[in-house]
Amino acid sequence: MRMKLEWAGTAVILVSIFVSIVGSVTGSAQESHVGKLIGNAKRGKALYERYCIFCHGPYGDGRGESAPYLDPKPRDFTKAVFKCRSTPSGSLPLDSDLYDTISRGVHASGMPSWKPLLRQERVDLVAYIKSFSSAFEEEKPGTPVQIPPEPPSSPDSIKRGAELFQSMNCWSCHGKDGRGYGPSAATLTDSRGYPITPFDFTSGTRFKCGDSDQGMFRVLVTGLDGTPMPSFETAMTPDQRWDVVHYIRSLHTSKNKHTQVKPEVKNETQGQ
Amino acid sequence: MKLKYALIPTCVLVTLLSLSKWVAARPAGDSASLKGTVKFEGPAPKPVRIDMSQDPICAKAHSTAATTEDIFVGADGGLANVVIYISDGLAASTFQPPQQPVVLEQKGCQYKPHVLAMQANQKLSVVNDDGTTHNIHPTPNNNREWNMSQPPGVPLEQTFARAEVAVPVKCNVHPWMKGYIAVFKHPYFAVTDKNGGFELKDLPPGTYTITAWQEKLGTQIQKVTVAAGEAKTLDFAFKQ
Repeated sequence: MRMKLEWAGTAVILVSIFVSIVGSVTGSAQESHVGKLIGNAKRGKALYERYCIFCHGPYGDGRGESAPYLDPKPRDFTKAVFKCRSTPSGSLPLDSDLYDTISRGVHASGMPSWKPLLRQERVDLVAYIKSFSSAFEEEKPGTPVQIPPEPPSSPDSIKRGAELFQSMNCWSCHGKDGRGYGPSAATLTDSRGYPITPFDFTSGTRFKCGDSDQGMFRVLVTGLDGTPMPSFETAMTPDQRWDVVHYIRSLHTSKNKHTQVKPEVKNETQGQ
Repeated sequence: MKLKYALIPTCVLVTLLSLSKWVAARPAGDSASLKGTVKFEGPAPKPVRIDMSQDPICAKAHSTAATTEDIFVGADGGLANVVIYISDGLAASTFQPPQQPVVLEQKGCQYKPHVLAMQANQKLSVVNDDGTTHNIHPTPNNNREWNMSQPPGVPLEQTFARAEVAVPVKCNVHPWMKGYIAVFKHPYFAVTDKNGGFELKDLPPGTYTITAWQEKLGTQIQKVTVAAGEAKTLDFAFKQ
């Protein structure tokens, strides 16, 4: 009897080890974690089929019924390449990055803000979106980039930013005046081969990955994967990146000043 | 009671044994080799001039105008930048990537070499010898896509995790800059030199499918059997 009990005990231990190993590999793809919320891919699927399928398609490849009419094209989730991340270029995004994009929407695209959905629903959608690519089972997201405190903008900082805008060849695409008509602009495509337009910094249009100075700083570190916008992680120091942020802010023409949104808008997930 | 203690080491042993089969060593001793030339049949296409005037630093780096390298035919019709590799026939084993990184240079706003071959997870060291900022942007199908800006003199190291022939590489700042990186999970590959020559060394004896890949002209395959210690010749010919 005692012997049997011990057998049972060993079996339980072995099974639990096995489950935990398998779980650690597959569990992440079926679940998402944002703050204290845990997303469920099954619930996310029902929401996806109601709200997202028309553009992103039943297979998550961005070939939904409306896709031919959209520019830029809906994201292809099967590639697991995402523009707005807090992780280095070439790495997977955090669950909270996908959650932030769903919540914020993507300006100047067909992607609206999904804040009308419950937080739990948005987290469920993240879990389902991740299930379109095996990458989330095979790899872990990158280490999120650190954003140091922002020094105040000043004429000197803007001047240094302008020089960096030249030396880093930002103007090749964004143009000498920041209007997006640089000499290389016409040649640019996204990773699916569709033409893509460099951002016009004078337009007053909101930025794709968040409007705060911190959001701009982060894009300079991470780049926008799947587009020609590279990461400047090793190319510039944090202080230099702040100078570039200040310079880009100065490019808003006065007639567009009213559309400028308040900086320092924090993401919902920050500080949770 | 005793059974329990016996069971745990057994489990550990079984796990270790199943792992060890993945860590196979490279066969030593009577290894074979394949040597050959890739030729281009017919008249060599005229290289096209590249207009680098949008970045004066690039233009100044060339005393004579730079030309495209997508079909580079050398002396005696040898075809350069062809990747030659074993595509089938290797026993299922895992090869450790070499410690030594491969180097991709950006010189005169062109990639040197134009076609590079490396092992998966081997380090790729990207060097910028130009006085201008590049961005190096591979657009793979089977690997993670990354895109890094690189000002003059700043070192950059990256890797590719999976095999892929071949990852296109571009610089968005200088749209004429194009290159390829072929990634393999084994060490049996070569890129033809400017006269079309190549050599695959240290092959274990066996029957292999050898593939020749050219960025514009496609792929060709040949079956070949090498015995221990044999040095065989294998030639390819491409035409447009």
